[in-house]
Amino acid sequence: MQVESSLREPLVTGGKTVHDVTADICRQVEGKPTKSWMLGMALSLGVLSVGAYAVFMLLWEGIGVWGLNKTVGWAWDITNFVWWVGIGHAGTLISAILLLFRQRWRMSINRAAEAMTIFAVICAACFPGLHMGRLWLGFYWALPLPNTFGSLWVNFNSPLLWDVFAISTYFTVSLVFWYIGLIPDFATIRDRATNKISKAVYGALSFGWDGAAKTWMRYEAVALILAGLATPLVLSVHTIVSFDFATSVIPGWHTTIFPPYFVAGAIFSGFAMVLTLMLVTRKLFKLEDYITIYHIELMNIVIIITGSIVGVAYITELFIAWYSGVPGEQYAFFNRALGPYWWSYAAMMTCNVISPQLFWFKKIRTSIVSTFVLSIVVNIGMWFERFVIIVTSLHRDYLPSSWAMFYPTKYDLGVYIFTFGLFFTLFLLFAKFFPVINMAEVKSIVKATSEKKNDKVYGLGSREKAMEVK
Amino acid sequence: MESDKHYVLGVFNDEDVLLKAVSTVRQSGINIHEVYSPFPVHGLDEALGYRRTRLPIVAFMFGLLGTSLALTMQFSMLGLDWPMVIGGKDFVSIPPFIPVTFELTVLLAALGMVATFMVISDLKPYKEPRLFDIRITDDKHVMAIDLAKNPMAKQQITEVLSSAGAEEVNDKDFE
Repeated sequence: MQVESSLREPLVTGGKTVHDVTADICRQVEGKPTKSWMLGMALSLGVLSVGAYAVFMLLWEGIGVWGLNKTVGWAWDITNFVWWVGIGHAGTLISAILLLFRQRWRMSINRAAEAMTIFAVICAACFPGLHMGRLWLGFYWALPLPNTFGSLWVNFNSPLLWDVFAISTYFTVSLVFWYIGLIPDFATIRDRATNKISKAVYGALSFGWDGAAKTWMRYEAVALILAGLATPLVLSVHTIVSFDFATSVIPGWHTTIFPPYFVAGAIFSGFAMVLTLMLVTRKLFKLEDYITIYHIELMNIVIIITGSIVGVAYITELFIAWYSGVPGEQYAFFNRALGPYWWSYAAMMTCNVISPQLFWFKKIRTSIVSTFVLSIVVNIGMWFERFVIIVTSLHRDYLPSSWAMFYPTKYDLGVYIFTFGLFFTLFLLFAKFFPVINMAEVKSIVKATSEKKNDKVYGLGSREKAMEVK
Repeated sequence: MESDKHYVLGVFNDEDVLLKAVSTVRQSGINIHEVYSPFPVHGLDEALGYRRTRLPIVAFMFGLLGTSLALTMQFSMLGLDWPMVIGGKDFVSIPPFIPVTFELTVLLAALGMVATFMVISDLKPYKEPRLFDIRITDDKHVMAIDLAKNPMAKQQITEVLSSAGAEEVNDKDFE
């Protein structure tokens, strides 16, 4: 029997029973698409097709259509790649790390967060793929496959190759973790289905799940071990992404602080994106009883913590640049803050260091409007962080004669827009056809931590009374 | 009577009542075929007397396989097949091989364990589930008792189930 104090905020409100959970979550899967969903889908597909034009032109003409030059050989492509991969980290953090810490509030947000992870990783993978220019050759450039040059193998000493292994492992494991969790919920939809098509589709997807105690026992063991595997994995992925920079000898990149700093930044931006998406989903699908203000508050607290870690990392970097006494390093940071890209540095500092501190006020972190606005501000800030790290370090390096500026072209913008279209199209498809909340997991806590339980065990309005006494 | 055909089902609404009922029913000498639930009930596997799953060991073995495959691949490709000086380091230098080794360890451990889980639990696409009660995936816990495997009379089993807290006691016959 699970016991939870009545002083704790209930995780499921509105007096929901186990059957209500099924009915509420299945409603949007079984119903006709709503007008707002159609509108969102039309918009996403529009954005996707505009972006698809940019991608087509890029592949047709080559990388020259981007604003890159001899000095800045890496700009928006890698910025966007790191940004999307970072966003993808929240899903695994919620489903794996919070599972190991037995945080039950993860249960109503993990499904959508994991979906977001998978779609964000797909968007991220677009950039290195497209930057190769010839997408179709990517497989044997990036993977250790036998080839006609000898075989000349890939370079296992290169962080870029580690990235290939890290990102593809991360994608595969996240996908498997997500799907295992979906199987029992697909079975619920299958058993409620009334028409032939959904019976057949969800029947196939549910893998013949019957809810036997023995299968549940194994399922729980699998979920726990996957969480144990995914936890070091998620930390390794952004560590390896940061190695792309940290193992080079470019001033501003060559720092040992990068791995922890990148991981904290990834969780920071990922939680912000989860909030952006969940606040909209919650409203449109009327899930206020499952994703409560308490859930939003807890996520905002994670944002304060990771945002503060990121802030400390920025200041540490500045201090170390000064303390190292290396002129190149000192100039790189001076140029970041006061050089021609000062505005991007200022945007990064404001959005990432100052704005999350507003969540110290309870009014702000429990307000839906301010959470929504700040979640977008945080992701703008995190985009600028990567832009600052990448472009300002490259554009003025050791050789002043080759100093240059980077200006994006419409194709830089277009490919970025393409990934937005892709992301939202995939997310909307997921939200319509898949259960957006993990029904089986939420059902398992209805008895232990809902308003209904508090009222039943301690009397009507017990929590309010207890809080008054306190 | 043929086994696996005729069942008595105890339908429960509450997981804590179900847990107590499992012990009561087993103590009265009834063999439980299986319990079906809409969500995982903690302690149910112990109450039913199931052995702890050995899937963690499977995961560990597949992880070891991943480690050794990754190291063998990197040693043989960069050490034996085409040795090349990269960054002035040895042909085979262990530290840069660790990231790929770690990733392949995790990948194989995860995929191997999940595949084993699918096979031993017989989960596969297009499999028709053998459903005892349609409400199992919604909100009811169902305890299935195979009549052929119990010498007790049906009447007696029904009584034990109701007194243990079953809300309904139903019959289920498979063709």
